[in-house]
Amino acid sequence: MSAATSAGPGGTLTGLRRGVASALHRRPRLQLGLLLTPPLAWLGVIYLGSLAVLFLSAFWRLDPDTTQIVQEPSLVNFETLANTEVYRVIALRTIGIAAAVTITDAALAFPLAYYMARVASPRVRNLLFIAVLMPLWSSYLVRVYSWRIILSEEGPLNWLLGLVGLSGPGFGEISIWLVFSYIWLPYMILPVYAGLERIPASLLEASGDLGAHGLTTLRRVVVPLAFPAIVAGSIFTFSLTLGDYITPQLVSSTQFIGNVVYSNVGVAGNLPFAAAFATVPVMVMAVYLIGARRLGAFEAL
Amino acid sequence: MGAHAGRIVLRLAAGGVLVFLYIPLAIIVLYAFNDAKSQSWPIEAFSLRWFGVALGNAKVRDAFLLSFQAALGATTIALLLGSAAAFAVHRFRFFGRDTISFLVVLPLALPGIVTGMALNSAINFGIERGGPSFGLITIIVGHATFCIVVVYNNVIARLRRIPRSMEEASMDLGADSWQTFRYVTLPAIATALVAGGLLAFALSWDEIIVTTFTAGTDETLPVWIFSNFRLPNFRPVVNVVALFLILLSAIPVYAAARLTGGSGQVGTR
Repeated sequence: MSAATSAGPGGTLTGLRRGVASALHRRPRLQLGLLLTPPLAWLGVIYLGSLAVLFLSAFWRLDPDTTQIVQEPSLVNFETLANTEVYRVIALRTIGIAAAVTITDAALAFPLAYYMARVASPRVRNLLFIAVLMPLWSSYLVRVYSWRIILSEEGPLNWLLGLVGLSGPGFGEISIWLVFSYIWLPYMILPVYAGLERIPASLLEASGDLGAHGLTTLRRVVVPLAFPAIVAGSIFTFSLTLGDYITPQLVSSTQFIGNVVYSNVGVAGNLPFAAAFATVPVMVMAVYLIGARRLGAFEAL
Repeated sequence: MGAHAGRIVLRLAAGGVLVFLYIPLAIIVLYAFNDAKSQSWPIEAFSLRWFGVALGNAKVRDAFLLSFQAALGATTIALLLGSAAAFAVHRFRFFGRDTISFLVVLPLALPGIVTGMALNSAINFGIERGGPSFGLITIIVGHATFCIVVVYNNVIARLRRIPRSMEEASMDLGADSWQTFRYVTLPAIATALVAGGLLAFALSWDEIIVTTFTAGTDETLPVWIFSNFRLPNFRPVVNVVALFLILLSAIPVYAAARLTGGSGQVGTR
């Protein structure tokens, strides 16, 4: 695109482009319209529209005799959810493991984030930052698959634990908890790191000058100040666990909300019920976000 | 506990977490070169033979190609729509401006299965009215939807850092608005565009949840892994494909992180 200075046929093209450019320059509203219409049409109309239809369809039902979807509003899917033992167990298991994963990640993230923010040299800090960033952005499926190898009967973990006469957790709820904690850990480390970095060094010095022990400073000054950042990280660890169905399938035969939703979209073809069950994690997250906002997590994002 | 001992404990804990983050990736690299068909540890012999088997598998090659096309297509659309939205929000004041950043992040913030189902219904709705059927185009549509935010975040962060005076100076010196864009604004946001594009590519390249709802019977590389990982005969090939998957997502992310000096847009995956 170096035609700006070229002559000949390119010259008229340049002239045309200048004409268009200055015409747009004189009409900022037209410019705004051209910029905004494509992304708004894509996200605002297609995406939001299909989300709206999805939530609407949670109130439809599948006629078991004709296997046709009946588009009359009713609460029958939600009644099935509330009255069926299995679905209650699955919902509670999903939420419970999501909570356990969040707590585990907060505990694991803190030392590395603290080291990055307050101990490491700028060069090391940059390297660590990238080291945490890479698994956050890449290879979700492969990193879960790797745990399938690690946890398998003859895999590395059992071999290692076998040296001291123990054996690994196998494939079950513990393996799900472990793998989710691993997969979402970077999402906790980065906000906590940012939160710890913002604490002024003078506050820690003041605490020490006033006679506080290192651990007392940690407990009474650092953790309370970093708490909103931990809550910010927990939004990701909690929400991502709630909506996942790949990890439970790879490292266990246990069902999560996502697995039930997935099998109802595919095999069972009961889209209204799938949509109804999918609203459960969305509602849980809505409540969670309201709570997180009260705790100041959004300022820490 | 003294301050010195405390620091040692901190170093050990931080190092331990870092090792924990990278052991599974190392395991994948090792197993890709495992000569044996079984997955048992320790690995007894290393070889490259499964690379040949993987490359000779037509389904793997097709999946590789499909993933690559999908990632390129989604990245292109995300670059266009993401930067258009970023320019609109940065340059103009308009009704609903504050909701744009919420709208772009929504497809990533909601559970993948919700985004996937919504798009699945939309595609079915479209097919009944002559729209594209499940395949490359619908995969690109799905991936682009959650990739837009990545480009948007990178570009708007950069636009906020460019002093407005640079563009004003360009116009004062007689450049028209096209020349100002081409020779002042575009160079200033170039690395943000590249970084956003690389991250979008990486995100699309190994995505699986939205893909399973938008691909129909076509298989991207992650979908191929997902449908074959249980088959004992395919395990060594799955291990090789897993290595490909890591490499083609880790390398763009690393490049993007270097381009933005490690200050790239995080958190909003």
